[in-house]
Amino acid sequence: MSMRFVDEYRSGEVAKRLAAEIEELAEPGRHYKVMEVCGGHTHSIYQHGVEDLLPPEVELVHGPGCPVCVIPMGRQDDAIAIAERPEVIFTTFGDMMRVPASNGSLLDAKSRGADVRMVYSPLDALKIARDNPDRQVVFFAIGFETTTPSTAITLLRARAEGIRNFSLFANHVTIIPAIRAILDSPDLRLDGFIGPGHVATVIGTRPFRFIARDWQRPVVVSGFEPLDVLQGVHMVLSQLRDGRYEIENQYSRVVRDAGNPAAMKAIGETMELRTTFEWRGLGFISQSALKLRPEFADWDAEVLYEVPGVRVADPKACQCGEVLKGVIKPWECKVFGTACTPEHPIGTCMVSSEGACAAYYNYGRHAGRRRREEAPVPA
Amino acid sequence: MCLGIPGQIVELVDFHHHIAKAEVSGVRRNVNIGLLTEGPDAVGVGDWVLIHVGFAMSKIDEEEARSTREFLISLGEPFEAELDELEQSSIE
Repeated sequence: MSMRFVDEYRSGEVAKRLAAEIEELAEPGRHYKVMEVCGGHTHSIYQHGVEDLLPPEVELVHGPGCPVCVIPMGRQDDAIAIAERPEVIFTTFGDMMRVPASNGSLLDAKSRGADVRMVYSPLDALKIARDNPDRQVVFFAIGFETTTPSTAITLLRARAEGIRNFSLFANHVTIIPAIRAILDSPDLRLDGFIGPGHVATVIGTRPFRFIARDWQRPVVVSGFEPLDVLQGVHMVLSQLRDGRYEIENQYSRVVRDAGNPAAMKAIGETMELRTTFEWRGLGFISQSALKLRPEFADWDAEVLYEVPGVRVADPKACQCGEVLKGVIKPWECKVFGTACTPEHPIGTCMVSSEGACAAYYNYGRHAGRRRREEAPVPA
Repeated sequence: MCLGIPGQIVELVDFHHHIAKAEVSGVRRNVNIGLLTEGPDAVGVGDWVLIHVGFAMSKIDEEEARSTREFLISLGEPFEAELDELEQSSIE
């Protein structure tokens, strides 16, 4: 076991002890696959070489937890179609600017003359609408439950203030159906989950219960520091050793078991489940995304503007889908690091710093080399 | 956009719209605190919060804020980018 990265940890001693205990917990000859479903975890794991502290029996599998990554090509095309309307100021988080669509990215649309502006918060987009009453301001609303409440509250405020030149292109997704789809998929046998800390801040720990109850897999909602992830793995392996299947909260210093009721209320007031929604790599998953409630149609970009709404296949060379499902590792993709790099991404997983490919490209080539040479161990 | 960044509430700006000024690594910007107004998680001036896209999402203690900030600094570029974006923000 390499100790190269231990010194970077908040407490090298604790990391060493946890790593040693994980090694003891791991049954020799058994191969453990533990999936983390948050891009923040993926980033932390690669940057801090967490995998190098784990015994060869324990494999971390990166799930579909990066919200930028899971938006399919067709929706990105729709976003660009809206952005290219002359009356529209299209506002977006910075990460979405570079996501490749059928005909370039939003950044390319901007260079062709579209008014695309990066914002930090949906409330900044609302301010742009307030300041530009003769323009139509559209916000590209994306993200898991962590960012959905911010969209919901911005929408409620737009309505309360009577701001009519503001609308949302809603692409919010929910993590639970994606986890269910992965558990249902025959491609992958998982032993447990590191649960998403920030999503759980909003939805709490209870929605994860079905994983323990119906699938008999441990879930440990965990924080983002490397020590948190190590402790999460430790808790998953402890449950497996004891034959327990429970939802545990490693991140209780931030996450309440009941989540944030005010956030859930704001979401429920403004949005409802779509019948189905396409995820990059995972295909269509029923009831896995949100749209605005009909009473907010005046603020719904999908109602106000005609969008192509066409399903578009990923570029042939791109295996982002398999990376998102955890079926292959980033470096196993044919174009990884050659045709596809953070500077010139082909797939979304290489765009966001939380995408598994970008995280591995930036850090893992160094931190994960040992494992890369040994891995992958087939289940 | 997914990073939760720690900030300290330094001033209440607009009670009606739940807008407060938070200080994040030396940058002072308005954030929405409407999701943290009830029970033990209600926040006021002096409290530390984790901020996502301009919204305070959870109340944390000072030690958690400090260690989270150290962790984010260790991430390098993504945290710097997030701070740059926050600096451009002008929530009212």
